[in-house]
Amino acid sequence: MSLAAHLPALQVVLPLLSAPLAVLLRHGGFAFVIVTAGAWAAFAAAIGLWLQVGESGTISYHIGSWAPPWGIEYRVDRLASFVLLLVSGTAAVVLPYSRASIEREIPRNLHYLYYAMFGLCLAGLLGITITGDAFNVFVFLEISSLSTYVMIALGRDRRALAASYRYLIMGTIGATFFVIGVGFLYLMTGTLNLVDMAERLRSVESSRPVLAALAFITVGISLKLALFPLHQWLPNAYTYAPSAVTAFLAATATKVSVYVLIRFWYSVFGETLIFERLPLPEILFVLSLAAMFIASFTAIFQDNLKRLFAYSSVCQTGYITLGMSFDSVNGLTAAILHLFNHGITKAAIFLLIGGMVFVLAKNNAGLPAPTFDRLAGLAKRMPLTCFGIVIAGLSLIGVPGTAGFVSKWYLILAAMEKGQFWIVGAILLNSLLAVAYVWRFVEVAYFKPAPEGSEKREAPLSMLIPAWILVIATLWFGLDTSITAGTATEAAQQLVKVGR
Amino acid sequence: MSGGVVEHFTYIVTVFLMVAGLYIVMARGNLIKKLVGLSVFQTSVYLLYVAPGKLIGGTAPILAPQYTVYSNPLPHVLILTAIVVGVATLALGLALTVRIKETYGTIEEDEITAADNAVQDAEDAHS
Repeated sequence: MSLAAHLPALQVVLPLLSAPLAVLLRHGGFAFVIVTAGAWAAFAAAIGLWLQVGESGTISYHIGSWAPPWGIEYRVDRLASFVLLLVSGTAAVVLPYSRASIEREIPRNLHYLYYAMFGLCLAGLLGITITGDAFNVFVFLEISSLSTYVMIALGRDRRALAASYRYLIMGTIGATFFVIGVGFLYLMTGTLNLVDMAERLRSVESSRPVLAALAFITVGISLKLALFPLHQWLPNAYTYAPSAVTAFLAATATKVSVYVLIRFWYSVFGETLIFERLPLPEILFVLSLAAMFIASFTAIFQDNLKRLFAYSSVCQTGYITLGMSFDSVNGLTAAILHLFNHGITKAAIFLLIGGMVFVLAKNNAGLPAPTFDRLAGLAKRMPLTCFGIVIAGLSLIGVPGTAGFVSKWYLILAAMEKGQFWIVGAILLNSLLAVAYVWRFVEVAYFKPAPEGSEKREAPLSMLIPAWILVIATLWFGLDTSITAGTATEAAQQLVKVGR
Repeated sequence: MSGGVVEHFTYIVTVFLMVAGLYIVMARGNLIKKLVGLSVFQTSVYLLYVAPGKLIGGTAPILAPQYTVYSNPLPHVLILTAIVVGVATLALGLALTVRIKETYGTIEEDEITAADNAVQDAEDAHS
C-alpha cells in the first residue's frame, strides 16, 4: 500500500511520536523543531484525508489490518475530516507562535516539556476525532486531557495551579462518566466499534441500560465541552494558562468534545432515540440559550481580557449546541460550521492577547494580566494587534464578511425553518451583547489616552504572523464559504441520513 | 428480592463505590481527600467492566475440547488501560497538590479560594 493509504494512522502517530522524542532531547529548541514538524505533518495528513474523503467518500482504516468490529477501526467521514483540519491547522499555526510567546511565560528549563505536552495533546485530540472505537475515544480523551492539565499548570500565576486542579477533577469526572456510558453500551451490544454498535443498538433501543448510557455519555461530554452550567472550570483555566495554550485549547479542546457528542448522538444512538423519544433537544435548547445570555452578560463585566473572551467562548459554545438542538440539516450545518469558524476566530483573539501580554511583560517585571487598566490607548502602541482583535471581534459578533456571520446565517435559517421567529430575535439580541463586550475593548484601546512615555512596540513577527494568518482566515472564510459551508453541509447531510 | 441482591451483588458494590467516590469528591474540601474520592469513583468503573465479563468456572477463551465455559477477556484488557489512565490522573493530581501546597501554603479548597479572592480584590482596587 502507498503512503496515502496510511494517512489515517500517520495523522495520529506522527504527533504522538514527536512527544517522547521531545522529552528525550531535553532541549527547548530541538523539541520545538520536532513537535512543530509533527504538527505540520499532521496538518498535511489532514488536508490529504480531507481531499480523499471528498473524492471517494468515508475512509475506513483497519489498524494492524484487523478487520472491524474485532480490530480497531479509524474512520474518517466528512465531519471527522473537517474537525481534523481545524485541530491540526490550529496546532500548525500556534506552535511557531509559542516559540516566542513561552519565552516570557514559562521558565526556560521547562520548554521541552511544554512542547512534549503539546504534541501529546494534539495526538489525543486527533485520535478522538479519527477513531471509530468507543473505548479508544476514552483513551485519547484522557491523553489529551492529562496533557491539557499540565499545560494549564505551566501558567506563571499560581491561580493556574488551582485552575488546573479544578479542571482535572471536573474533567476526570466527565471522562469517567463517559467510560461508564461506554461500559453500558458494551454490556448491551458486546461491541466497541461505533458503526457495529449503532446497528446492534437498533434491536435493543430504549431499554434502560441504553438510556443510562446515553445519560452518562451526554453529561460526561457536556462537562468536557463546557455546556452551561457545567462550564465552571473553563474561565479560570483559560485565563491563567499560558497564552499559546489558551489559544490552542479554545480552538480545539471544547470543539472536539462537541464532535464526540455529535458523533454519539447522530451516529451511535440515532436521531429517532435522541430527538423523537426523549426531550433532549428541548433541554439542550434551554441550556444553550442560558449559556448564550448568562455567559455574555458575565463577559461584559470582566476586567481581564482573557477572562472576558473565555466567557465569550462559553456563550459561543451555546450557539453550537443551539444548532444541534434544532434537529435539522441546517441546524447541524450551523453547529458544525460554527465549531470551525468560532475555533479560528477565538484562536486568533487569544493569540493576539498573548502578543499584548508579551509586550506588557517587557515593560514591567513579572507577568501582568491583560486587564483593561493596562490596555489604555493600546491601539497607538500596538496598532496591528488591536486591529486584529477588532476584526476577530466582528466575527464573534457576526458582522457580514466575517466567518462568524456565515455560521449565524445558517443558525438563523434553521430557526426560521422551525417557524420560531423569536429565536431569531434572541440570536440578534445576543449579538448585541457581543457588540457590548467587544466595544469595551475598542473603547479602552482606541479612545483612552495612552499613559505618558509609552512607545510604539508590536509583538515580534513570529507571534504577529501566526495570529494574522488566523485573522485573515476569519475574513477569508467569511467571504468564500465553499470550503467551510460546503463541507459542513455535506457532513450534516451524511449524519442525518445515517441517523434516520 | 433477596435473590435479586445476591444476583446483582457486584452491581450493588459498584454503584455504592461510584456514589461514595463521587460524594467524597464533592463534599470534601481537602485536595488529597478529593483525589482519594476520585480514585474510588474511577475504581468502581473497573468493577463495572470486569465483573460482568467473568463467568464463575469460566476459563480464558482457549479452543480445546475440555473447556466449554469461557470468560470474556476483552473487558479485562480495557480496564488494564483504564487503570493506567487512573494512575496517571492520580499522579498528576498529587503533583499539582504538591505545587499548590508550595505556592499557597495550604491544601484546603476554601482557603485557596479565599486567597484567590483576596488577590482578585487587590487587583480590582488597583484598577
